[in-house]
Amino acid sequence: MEPFTRLDGLAAPMDRANVDTDAIIPKQFLKSIQRSGFGPNLFDEWRYLDHGEPGMDNSRRALNPDFVLNQPRYRGAQVLLARENFGCGSSREHAPWALLDYGFRAVIAPSFADIFYNNCFKNGILPIVLDAAAVDQLFRETAAHEGYRLTVDLDSQTVATPGGERFTFAVDAFRRYCLLNGLDDIGLTLRHVDKIKAYEEKRRKSEPWLFSALSVKR
Amino acid sequence: MSAQTLYDKLWQSHVVHEEEDGTALLYIDRHLVHEVTSPQAFEGLRLAGRRVWRSDSVLAVPDHNVPTTGLPKEHSGAQPDEVAEKIYQRWFRSIEDPVSRLQVETLDKNCAEFGITEFRMGDPRQGIVHVIGPEQGATLPGMTVVCGDSHTSTHGAFAALAQGIGTSEVEHVLATQCLVQKKSKAMLVKVEGGLAQGVTAKDVALALIGQIGTAGGTGYAIEFAGSAIRSLSMEGRMTLCNMAIEAGARAGMVAVDDTTISYIKNRPYAPKAELWDKAVAYWRTLHSDAGAKFDSVVELDASAIKPCVTWGTSPEMVVAVDGAVPDPAAEADPVKRDAIVKALAYMGLQAKTPIVTIAVDKVFIGSCTNSRIEDLRAAAEVARGKSVAANVKLAMVVPGSGLVKAQAEKEGLDKIFRNAGFEWREPGCSMCLAMNADRLEPGERCASTSNRNFEGRQGQGGRTHLVSPAMAAAAAVAGHFVDVRDWLLTGE
Repeated sequence: MEPFTRLDGLAAPMDRANVDTDAIIPKQFLKSIQRSGFGPNLFDEWRYLDHGEPGMDNSRRALNPDFVLNQPRYRGAQVLLARENFGCGSSREHAPWALLDYGFRAVIAPSFADIFYNNCFKNGILPIVLDAAAVDQLFRETAAHEGYRLTVDLDSQTVATPGGERFTFAVDAFRRYCLLNGLDDIGLTLRHVDKIKAYEEKRRKSEPWLFSALSVKR
Repeated sequence: MSAQTLYDKLWQSHVVHEEEDGTALLYIDRHLVHEVTSPQAFEGLRLAGRRVWRSDSVLAVPDHNVPTTGLPKEHSGAQPDEVAEKIYQRWFRSIEDPVSRLQVETLDKNCAEFGITEFRMGDPRQGIVHVIGPEQGATLPGMTVVCGDSHTSTHGAFAALAQGIGTSEVEHVLATQCLVQKKSKAMLVKVEGGLAQGVTAKDVALALIGQIGTAGGTGYAIEFAGSAIRSLSMEGRMTLCNMAIEAGARAGMVAVDDTTISYIKNRPYAPKAELWDKAVAYWRTLHSDAGAKFDSVVELDASAIKPCVTWGTSPEMVVAVDGAVPDPAAEADPVKRDAIVKALAYMGLQAKTPIVTIAVDKVFIGSCTNSRIEDLRAAAEVARGKSVAANVKLAMVVPGSGLVKAQAEKEGLDKIFRNAGFEWREPGCSMCLAMNADRLEPGERCASTSNRNFEGRQGQGGRTHLVSPAMAAAAAVAGHFVDVRDWLLTGE
C-alpha cells in the first residue's frame, strides 16, 4: 500500500447525502477479478449517458455534461468533498478501488458508513470527518474558486485551505501509523502468531465445537 | 464483574491482542466466502506466498452471479459425485455472461487450491451465503462470523458477532484468522408489544430505519430485544439483523433463547451428543445482563408498526402503506429536501401520491433478507388461488437455497405460486442486485423483498420499493400496492 503523508490536491464536490457504494461503482463492474482498472467506471451511472458494461471502451462513451466530475475545472481532482453517510450500503471494496484508480487520495465528509471508512484505510485513501459546518464552508469555497486546492496533512491531522485556515481531524492512532508508513496489515498481524495460536489452544479446550472442521460431505 | 451487554461478551471472548489505542485483533470463528468479493483476496495470498490459516473454518458458495433458470431437470437431491459433476458442468456453462462465469470458476479453483469447503452450483445445498450458513448449522451462537458482504449482519440473529468486511479484510482473515478492529458502541433497539397480523420483521426493520435513518446505527452494534423480538422466529430475526446494516450498523444481534436452540439442533454442522449439551450450556449465557449499559437506546411500539413501503432511493425513505409519498416542500433541511426531490424524479413519483395507488411492473420475492421458508409461506398464503395482475410483467420467487426450494416444493408452495402466474426459480441473489440476468429495465417499478432501493440497484434506471413477502405477493396480485392486513383480515 502506498503511504499517505501529505497531499496538496484539487478539491471536487459531490453534493448529495447518502451516496452509496452501488452509485460509486455499479454491480456489473464487480465481476472483475482484478483490484485495478475501476477508475473509468467510478460513478458510472451518473457520469455517462449510456449504460456501461465491463469491456466497453469508456473513452468513446458520451459523458453526462451535468455530472459534476465531468466539468473541466475538476479534472485531476484528488480530494473529494462529500456529504453525510458517504459510502453506505454494500461492503464492496471496489468502491475505494475505483476512487483511488480515478485519482482520489482523500475524501472529506461529515460522516462515513463504517465498512467503507474502514476499506479506505486498507487502500491508502484517507477518509476525513469534519463537522458539517466546516464541510459546508469547503463546499462553498470550492464552488466559488476554480482551481481550489486543499492541503491534507496526516502527520499533523489537518486540512488547510488556500486562505490559510486549518481544520483538525481525528484518526485512530493505529490506523494513522499504518497509513503514514504504508504498512501491510497482514504482516503486522503475523507478528502476533504466538498469541493467535495460544488463543486457539485455549478455546479449543473451552469451546471445542467451534473447531469442528467443515467438509463438503453430506 | 459489572453487567455486560451481549456485544461485550462476544467481543471480549474473541480479543487476541489489543493495541494502546484500543485497536484489537479479533479472532474469527467462521468465514463465509462468495465469488464476488474473494478473488482479489485469494490472489493476494498467492502473490505473497501465504497459506489459509484455518481452511476448515471457511465455507464458500457462489450466489451473486448464478443464474436462476436452466438447472437441468434430472437434478434432484443427493446424487453420486460424477452425476452431480456432469449436471454442474452443464449448468455452469449456461452462465451466458463470460465475466460472470469466470468469477464463479475462479471461486471453484480457489477453493480447490486452498482446501476450502464449497457448495458449488448444482449442489442441492447451494444458495445465498446468508441463508446457507444458518441452514447448515455453520453459524452458531457465540461465534464471530465474517463475510465479504455487508449483509453478514444476518447471522447476528444467533447471538453471533457477525459483520461484513471488505476484500482486504477477507484476505487478512484468510491469512491470520483475525480481524483488526476497534470496538463499536452498543445500541439497544427494544421492540415491545405484539405485531399485528400481516406485519413482519421486515416492517420492524423498515420502521426502525425510517425512525433513526440509514446512518442512525453508524458506529454501533445493535442488539434487538423486547417481547416482539422474542416472539419472532429465527427467520424473522435473521430478516431484522440482515437490515441492521441498512440502519448503518455493521452488526445486529439477538440473545439466545429456546427458539435459537431448537433451530440449530440437528443441523448438519451443529455440535452433536455431549458436545451439544456443553455448547447449549454456554449459549444460554449469551444475553445482555440485567442492568447492562448501552450507549444508545431506541424504543419501538410493536403494535404501532404497519406494513411499510419505501418510496425513494434510500431505505430510510419509507412510509406505512396507508401513507403517501412525501412533499419536499414540507422539508426544512435543504440537503434532505434536495434528496427528496432527486429521489422523486428518479422514482417517477409525484409528492402526496397515496402508496396504494402506485402500480408495479415487476415483483421480486427473494434475497438474503426474505427468501427463507417462512417468507415463501407468507407470500404463498397471499397468492393462493389468486392470479398475478395483467399489468405485472414478471413476478418471480427465488428461494434462498436449494434446501429452501426443496422444502417449499414438499409443501406445494411452488404450485401455489405457479398457478397464480409467478415464476419459480433456482436459488441465488438474483434481482436483489442484478448481477446475473435477472434485472429491471430502465423505468420499471418493482415491489421487492430485498434490502436496498438505491438508484440502479436492481438494474440501471429501475425503481425499487422495499416491502415484506406478503406485501410483495399482494402487490403482484393487485397490480399495485395494497394493505395486506385488509386481505388477511377479510380472508379475501
